[in-house]
Amino acid sequence: MAEGGRVLIAELGAFCLMLALALSLAQAGLSAAGRLRLSPALQGAGEGAGIGAFLMVAMSFACLMSAFIRSDFSVMNVAYNSHTTQPMVYKISATWGSHEGSILLWNLIVTGFGALVILFGRRLPRNLKSTAVGVQGALGALFIAYTVFASSPFLRLANPPVDGNSLNPILQDPLMAIHPPILYCGYVGLSVVYSFAMAGLIEGRVDAAWARWVRPWTLAAWSFLTVGITLGSFWAYYELGWGGWWFWDPVENSSFMPWLAATALLHSAIVTEKRGSLGSWTVFLALVAFTLSMLGTFLTRSGVLTSVHAFAVDPKRGSILLGCVALAAGSAFSLFAWRAPQMKGGGLFAPVSREGALVLNNLFLSAGTATVLLGTYYPEIREALSGQPISVGPPFYARTFGPLMAITLLIVPVGPLLAWKRGDLVGALQRLWVAAAIALVSGIAVLALVQPRKGLAAAGVALGAWVMCGAVAELLDRVRAGKISTGETMRRLKGLPRGAWGTTLAHFGVGVFLLGAALEPSWKTENAQVLAAGQSLTVAAYQVKLDKVFSVEGPNFSAQRAQIEASKDGRPACTGQPEKRTFGDAGGQATSHVMICMQGLSDLYVVLGDSRALPGGGQGWLVTAHWNPWARLIWLGPFLMALGGLISLSDRRLRFALPKAARAKAGLAAEPAE
Amino acid sequence: MSGGRVRIAVLAAIAAATLCMAGVADDPADRLSNPAQEARARHLFQQLRCVVCQNESIDDSQVEIAGDIRRIVRAQIAAGRTDADVRAYLVQRYGQFILLTPPLNPGNLALWLTPFAVILLGGGYLWIKSRQPAVEAPGLTEEEQRALEALDAEDRDMVPPHGGSTGGLANAHDAVAIKH
Repeated sequence: MAEGGRVLIAELGAFCLMLALALSLAQAGLSAAGRLRLSPALQGAGEGAGIGAFLMVAMSFACLMSAFIRSDFSVMNVAYNSHTTQPMVYKISATWGSHEGSILLWNLIVTGFGALVILFGRRLPRNLKSTAVGVQGALGALFIAYTVFASSPFLRLANPPVDGNSLNPILQDPLMAIHPPILYCGYVGLSVVYSFAMAGLIEGRVDAAWARWVRPWTLAAWSFLTVGITLGSFWAYYELGWGGWWFWDPVENSSFMPWLAATALLHSAIVTEKRGSLGSWTVFLALVAFTLSMLGTFLTRSGVLTSVHAFAVDPKRGSILLGCVALAAGSAFSLFAWRAPQMKGGGLFAPVSREGALVLNNLFLSAGTATVLLGTYYPEIREALSGQPISVGPPFYARTFGPLMAITLLIVPVGPLLAWKRGDLVGALQRLWVAAAIALVSGIAVLALVQPRKGLAAAGVALGAWVMCGAVAELLDRVRAGKISTGETMRRLKGLPRGAWGTTLAHFGVGVFLLGAALEPSWKTENAQVLAAGQSLTVAAYQVKLDKVFSVEGPNFSAQRAQIEASKDGRPACTGQPEKRTFGDAGGQATSHVMICMQGLSDLYVVLGDSRALPGGGQGWLVTAHWNPWARLIWLGPFLMALGGLISLSDRRLRFALPKAARAKAGLAAEPAE
Repeated sequence: MSGGRVRIAVLAAIAAATLCMAGVADDPADRLSNPAQEARARHLFQQLRCVVCQNESIDDSQVEIAGDIRRIVRAQIAAGRTDADVRAYLVQRYGQFILLTPPLNPGNLALWLTPFAVILLGGGYLWIKSRQPAVEAPGLTEEEQRALEALDAEDRDMVPPHGGSTGGLANAHDAVAIKH
């Protein structure tokens, strides 16, 4: 009985997905009909279908996950991506470790965000809401249809193997288990922004209130994207075994481009909300951001771009996916071209003003996005046209993207200190003189004191300090620290909206990242030697001693593990066990597990290499030790940025949750001074 | 479908097969005894692509062919060749594909110029518009203000903005208030 029930679970999953497709279509159709006939009943039915679609995809996802948990190798997807000896957490994460599974996860999140809009969008105007819900439904239907008809994860194998092929060992890692869902929440979170943009275009309503509704969704998606990208970068840092954290790889770029566009969108939506202008540009950015998200998820899977991250997918399915992306993006941009000219003109504003600074931010972020876009796809285009393959690597981005972002970051502290409409640049700079002084001093100090001397890196440090101090200066200025009594300042500090804290923290985080990104690559050092047990090597100020190397059996791998003792000035600093793992079940693939010993915010990073015969006889091991100074700032910065985003978001969510209570309070509150 | 395309596909397949294989890290024994030459070699490594990898330089890659190319570079530097010589030699042998910095030639002009073209065109557009007779931005319409104020009403209990519109979000209200 139980056996029979289990056997059908994959079919149940496929069936639920079919239902989800039907419900998504109903969601799109009923919402559209409800909007056209202005019928609340039909609109409500559309919303109900949307919730239903989400529940069905969730059910389907649960079925797939259950097949992975039970190691049901009669399901092809499980047989190809899991193994009985895999630890449970990686059996679960293997659910989204394959192409089919990750697309199902995409469907889950797209319908999930649709359900969130339906449930939490009660304050939206009815028409705008049902149009947005309809668009979200159409989007869901498109990609669920792709899953059902071209990429089903529930296909059966006629002759199930005794055991599976195992999840790719480099993905068998705690961070890689959670990285895809978080990144997808970011990618797909932008689908809500896309749906709102489409709805705004259809309704002819892109105004301040529209921007206010879109901003929390953008902020949520942006925060997820930030965390997702950061986790991926940290994973690369410790997993790939040489301490690199950003490679400008096509797949990394694909996640970075929507992030850049979403960052621009966050800022342009502020102008639309506060000043009622830039509406069509904000809509355009919303469409671009989600289009880049779709490219990020799908183009990397279509076989057009080759990458270590790419899933093996046959070209036919790749072109269907591309077709889906082209349909979603093409209809959006056509609608934009048709409707945007009819929208309220933005008018103009003084170049020196808050909105002027935000426009400048958008100009440079757009140029940055275009640079990454071209850098990613140019080799493909070039090769298709001339047959000559070229590479676009880190040095290209350092020379193009680098200067663009440097200019953007110079503006960051100034913008928030300018008033709307007409700002006072001299006044703003006067209020930033302390920040500027600290930045200059730190840059000069680095140039003078740190060996080997590196001018560009010192400039990077100065820029990072400028952004960090600028963020703090803006906060202090806001509460008039030093100009009024401390008690009053404290009162103001407490009364600051969370959004203000969020902005400060996010900008501060940018500076922290910059500091790390300037320091780590410039002054990292390394040393590699073949060591016998008991011998040591020196890297930076540390002695790294290889105690011994021994064999270990893991659940699904065997490993050579080293015992390492690091000391500084004769005092023990830390110990660790770097190892090389060989995954027999995955065809003997090997991964390296490095030892990372945090020393403050810097890392001592030790890798165990292969064994070598020593010149004098006996066996030695190749040990590579890296000293990565201030490396942790590189990930701390983005986490602060994401935290800033979430804090701002909590401000808004509070507003969503407690409108009445807050309104009552507002009646009692003092009116603004002006 | 060009030959290059096929070659990349083959290389990618090899990459996939070898990327995670037991690494052949840079062997300390291979290093040049002259520190200045070794530094030059390391600098060159960072600009050369491990041809079977995804945007990994031969300095980073542990794949066997990266080791081979490192040996070639070191041998050439030890033999007294200039950096340009080494690069030219490798381009001849592996094609432009090996250079992580695409050379500035007519075929790559669009790639190199686009970032700056976007800035120039966008900046130029904004500059021209700002030279036009100043049309005050319409700001928010009455209707928009009412809608926003309804949304904003909840956070009215925050700090009153101080004189001069200099705060951050707090000044959203200035902007709205000014219009009244």
